[in-house]
Amino acid sequence: MSTPSTLTMPEAITAETPMSLKEQLARAERLKKLKYGALILPLVLFLVLTFIWPIAALLKRSIDNPEIVSAFPATSELLRQWDGKNAPPDAVFAAFADEIVQHKGSPVFAAAAKRLNMELPGFRSLMMKTARALPPTAGASAREALVEADPRWEEPATWQYLARNASPYTARYLLASVDRKYDDAGNVVQADADEAIYVNVFARTFGMSAIVTAFCLLLGFPLAYLMATQPPRIANVLMIFVVLPFWTSILVRVAAWLVLLQSEGLVNKALMLFGLIDQPLELVFNSTGVYIAMVHILLPFMILPLYSVMKGISPSYVRAAVSLGCPPIRSFWKVYFPLALPGVGAGCLLVFILCMGYYITPALLGSPKEQMASYFVAFYTNQTINWGMAAALSAILFAATLVLYIVYTKLVGGQDMAARAR
Amino acid sequence: MIATYATPLERVWHYAFRAICGLVLVFLMLPILVIAPLSFNADSFLLYPMSGFSFKWYEEFLTSPAWRQAFMNSCIVSPFATLLAMALGTPAAVGLARIEFPGKALLTSILISPMVVPVVIVGVATYLVFAPIGLSGSYLGLIIVHAALGVPFVLTTVTATLQGFDFNLVRAAASLGANPLTTFFRVTLPLVAPGVISGGLFAFGTSFDEVVVTLFLAGPEQSTLPRQMFAGIRENISPTIAAVATILTILSTFMLITLEWLRRRSERLRSQGH
Repeated sequence: MSTPSTLTMPEAITAETPMSLKEQLARAERLKKLKYGALILPLVLFLVLTFIWPIAALLKRSIDNPEIVSAFPATSELLRQWDGKNAPPDAVFAAFADEIVQHKGSPVFAAAAKRLNMELPGFRSLMMKTARALPPTAGASAREALVEADPRWEEPATWQYLARNASPYTARYLLASVDRKYDDAGNVVQADADEAIYVNVFARTFGMSAIVTAFCLLLGFPLAYLMATQPPRIANVLMIFVVLPFWTSILVRVAAWLVLLQSEGLVNKALMLFGLIDQPLELVFNSTGVYIAMVHILLPFMILPLYSVMKGISPSYVRAAVSLGCPPIRSFWKVYFPLALPGVGAGCLLVFILCMGYYITPALLGSPKEQMASYFVAFYTNQTINWGMAAALSAILFAATLVLYIVYTKLVGGQDMAARAR
Repeated sequence: MIATYATPLERVWHYAFRAICGLVLVFLMLPILVIAPLSFNADSFLLYPMSGFSFKWYEEFLTSPAWRQAFMNSCIVSPFATLLAMALGTPAAVGLARIEFPGKALLTSILISPMVVPVVIVGVATYLVFAPIGLSGSYLGLIIVHAALGVPFVLTTVTATLQGFDFNLVRAAASLGANPLTTFFRVTLPLVAPGVISGGLFAFGTSFDEVVVTLFLAGPEQSTLPRQMFAGIRENISPTIAAVATILTILSTFMLITLEWLRRRSERLRSQGH
């Protein structure tokens, strides 16, 4: 390019009123910040639009309660002022009847009926029945018409289901994902036994992640130690053994484990050959298969941070301890292990965080008893299309990830993620 | 090496420790080594001993419309997602390396977070937001989200490369009259290229292996290779899966070799520079 060299001439030199050196410096610094800030901006905007905004929208869904308010805005408005004890005033009946007539047969009405049916089974048919009986015949009031359609409209309890959802926000889904619900009086109570499964699901998610993390540490620590104490040539070869599985598609590895662990697979055959078992063991479609595959998939995430920390530990520390009379095991525990601790922390947190969100491995290798939180998020999105529950379970999973990720970045520093990626 | 003064117990431990490490390596490599031969099996069972040698499962992969479509889709989505991730991640890494501002660490963590947020959440969230604006069931939507998932890798590898980067070179170029764009393409980019390419490879690997977001966001026409494998493993696992797995493993081995070559090259250049 033939750019004239005057292009970068500082403006200050040609300016009418000369600035002080300090001002010039501040100006140059500001300009630099703007220039390099402009390089970051596209990525920030891109991630806000494609990642942060969608997640925020999903999380908001966990407290959204739009159905009743959008189908019956005027009724909702009136019900918010209702005392909740006696039958609602005539104005509520009138507004409700008007809005049913206005919306009946529309998707808004259907959504509201479905939403009320979630609160009380049978509410949908009540709504449909009521809608058929409206508008009121000439001379009859809205109250008379509604009670005529179904006597339940006389009971304050029926109206309470509407009143409780007359606000655009609800904690219902979040409560349901920790096995709590509102009772008829509006208090938070334990959910019914057949619906109270989510505390269990989250306990399982965290429990399985903890076990996988422990196994990864148990298997990864010796190998990382060996790699860190070998000459570079051998360490590089060992590194390839760690990184090749890391680079192999997760689905390939899941398929391979399915082949290995099936009842006529190599693992069972080898065990029977050595006379360790008489009958093939059930190794897949249960927790064994899920654990084996998850440890295999996540092991490199443990080894790489461990290795990068251990590489920096000089062997002379342990030697010094031993030469001063400290027994080998004690000098390892008292000298080496504390030095390797940052790597242990980083590796464990990373494995735990990644494990918590796993979906495909349990879905392909586990039974229904091994499904973790992610499975239920997918279930509510795909099968029952219950955005509220999908969002509420996501919110809890997301919060747990966020807390651990903050701990992780405090421990490792965001930049050093690169060390583990290499 | 064992010291000559090692006690018998220490010698036993020396070999026992290596045996343990050997077993861990076997555990790591076994699945990859086991599946490839089965893709040449003559019958349709994924079992050893093999009953004969055949290329028919590769033929099946190449001729079955579903697999071909899936392969084509992967070849559309992943390269574009990678390019987008590289185009957005590289300048951002340069910017982050050059300026200090309050909240920089926080911003960096947020920009890297697509790496750790559970993919199911990303899949459901993007489906929720993209479906009403017509981006679900489209290549564009899939490319965009895959790029978002790949960006952290580009960002971190380029940032790592920039740590050894002498910004006086940029000043020198500017003082000799190069405009910022020329400086970037002629000076900065060639020097950080290994980082950009490594990051790109990671982003490509991520996208090429991504199944969860694809499950939610892609329509039947956008089914990718991993999506097709997921369905295949779930329904009936045939040696075609093993054939695809072998092809994918060869691909990832090539990517790994490229990465290693890049790493050695930049190490060599760096040691020459000092």
